[in-house]
Amino acid sequence: MTIDVPTTGRSLPQLQPISFIDADGRLTDTPTAGLRIPGDRTLTGLYRQMVFVRRFEAQVTHLTRQGRLATYPSAAGQEAAEVGATTALAPGDWLFPTYRDSAALLTRGVPVGEILAAFRGDWHCGFDPNEYHTSPAATPLATQTLHATGFAMAAKLKGADAATLTFLGDGASSEGDAHEAFNFASVWQTPTVFVLQNNQYAISTPLREQTNATMLADRAAGYGMPGLRVDGNDVAAVFAAVTAALERGRNGDGPTLIECLTYRMESHTNSDDPTKYREAEEVEHWRQFDPIDRLEKYLRSTGAVDDAGIEEIAAAAEALAESVRDAMNREAEIDPLELFAHVYAQPRTDLAEQQQVLEAELAAAGRA
Amino acid sequence: MSVEVDTSTRTPSAPAAEAVTMAKALNRALRDSLAEDDTVLIFGEDVGRLGGVFRVTEGLRAEFGSTRVWDSPLAESGIIGTAIGMAMNGMRPVVEMQFDAYAYPAFEQIVSHVAKMRNRTKGRVALPITIRIPYAGDIGGVEHHSDSSEAYWTSTPGLTVVTPSNPADAYALLRESIASDDPVVFMEPKSRYWMKETVSLPVATGPMHRAQVLREGTDATLLAYGPTVRTALDSAEAGAEHGLSVEVIDLRTLSPFDDETVSASVRKTSRAAIIHEAARFGGYGAEVAARLTERNFTHLSAPILRITGFDVPYPSPKLEEYFLPTVERVLDALESWDWEL
Repeated sequence: MTIDVPTTGRSLPQLQPISFIDADGRLTDTPTAGLRIPGDRTLTGLYRQMVFVRRFEAQVTHLTRQGRLATYPSAAGQEAAEVGATTALAPGDWLFPTYRDSAALLTRGVPVGEILAAFRGDWHCGFDPNEYHTSPAATPLATQTLHATGFAMAAKLKGADAATLTFLGDGASSEGDAHEAFNFASVWQTPTVFVLQNNQYAISTPLREQTNATMLADRAAGYGMPGLRVDGNDVAAVFAAVTAALERGRNGDGPTLIECLTYRMESHTNSDDPTKYREAEEVEHWRQFDPIDRLEKYLRSTGAVDDAGIEEIAAAAEALAESVRDAMNREAEIDPLELFAHVYAQPRTDLAEQQQVLEAELAAAGRA
Repeated sequence: MSVEVDTSTRTPSAPAAEAVTMAKALNRALRDSLAEDDTVLIFGEDVGRLGGVFRVTEGLRAEFGSTRVWDSPLAESGIIGTAIGMAMNGMRPVVEMQFDAYAYPAFEQIVSHVAKMRNRTKGRVALPITIRIPYAGDIGGVEHHSDSSEAYWTSTPGLTVVTPSNPADAYALLRESIASDDPVVFMEPKSRYWMKETVSLPVATGPMHRAQVLREGTDATLLAYGPTVRTALDSAEAGAEHGLSVEVIDLRTLSPFDDETVSASVRKTSRAAIIHEAARFGGYGAEVAARLTERNFTHLSAPILRITGFDVPYPSPKLEEYFLPTVERVLDALESWDWEL
């Protein structure tokens, strides 16, 4: 007698990360799970945006060292995952980012000053989520993966043609919420794409102390959903994988987990000291897999870009950096009384009384 | 046994009255909310086919289908976290935490996201979520089935915390909670699920944010909510036999606190005590005693007392009777005041 259980429908990701363009800018012969390399025009656009976000991250990190921002978690080195995944979204889709995804917010069209409001200390979320179809960046790890799942469930119930994409990291993959989101999304078959940026470190803790699994993408099988392991520094692979996964979701075929292998080139935030937990040689080693260099080589080899094109993109990135400096050099107007404005829909006497206290203090100090 | 309820604010020309339990009144509130608003969704552990372990959602899946009422995987953080996403996408989720202590895995989602989303987005994203939590003891429950967790929620800005003590309020307050654009932690006293009251549903019982004077008195004010309202009413009755005129107020909504109603009563009686099952230290009663003292000090003849569970973990069933605040303990507290003042 045997127990009657399903014996089909389980598949594990291929061991070799999906990649189209190798570190030398040449096409790989890696199996790509049926995915196709994006065309040169798409790739040129992705290249342009990666150059922008790298310049953005460098500028913001610099301004943070100058004290213009309270703290900043840079995604330098992770441009391919940030830009490739976010660019794959349709305007009606929703993005559920983390604190390290400013590059994704920039790619989504959120204005610089509104992205950085949180890190400058102006307000927790500086942009209108409904305008950019983008959730406030979540700081508590993996919590946003459940929001993405619920949002997608509502879309499915409404019969809307929207999918959701959420980022999480290798550290966040250890959180219970990540597990719960993978499971809920798969049970409910929601149109959700989980883009797991495995950047090798959770602040200082290396991947080998985070998991004993061969790869994080393997987890998908345990939830009954497809998992893909992608070279996260190959924007062509990320874009193709995420585009296909979003399409799967919109077609009613449920969620996908995509692990992007990448590396956090900068420290966790400006207040971190990476010399305590990793060697400079390791950082140098990863530099050879740089996502921008390889795509530039590839696009030059196909003739999609030339020196003039590269220079034009670099100049535009400089203009972006200048707009970042301008935005951060303009102090936001902060109204202390706004502390009380958005806590409840229904006004409360307690808050009104406390607001009066602050108003009186401000008046006494000649500030109101 | 039925609670004495002020029916003066009830809807006129209501349908015929019948004896309903609090569980049934809650069930009817959910049903009417589902019928009235297509964006209302109910999901949680065992709330579909079974109708919930307390049968509060009984029959709703059959009536509204599994796209409105369904069983979720068993994970409380997952339930609240996905409810957040649904609310961001225009839905009005009503979710059930199966028992008080089983809401704790969802603590982060409730405290860090549900409570804060409106604030962090400057009012651009509202989360009209109702989180139903059966709470408190006196049901002979094994470990982790009898906690009174209200102070965790009331000490979190951004949350509204509501708890009915009788079937009519259970109906009216749940309807209002679901309709609210603020997230509501709706705490249902388990020991009162099967109490019956003769009531015509639907019923309106006065605004959610107002406390209600259930019994008028002139010598002392007993403040209670949820499971202890019965204790307060019984104590007032017993006090009357001792010649004391005791006013009883059902707080109904714990956050915000109805200072107007309560302070008016305390100024009239000059003595007050708050009764709750939860432990005393740092409990909800501490806030009540502090704010009533701050606002009414010169009107008070005696310190405000807290009649609460002991500062120990909720005990096993055979020890509950020693832990829970009883009528005797309330009377002892009333007697402890210096009545010459």
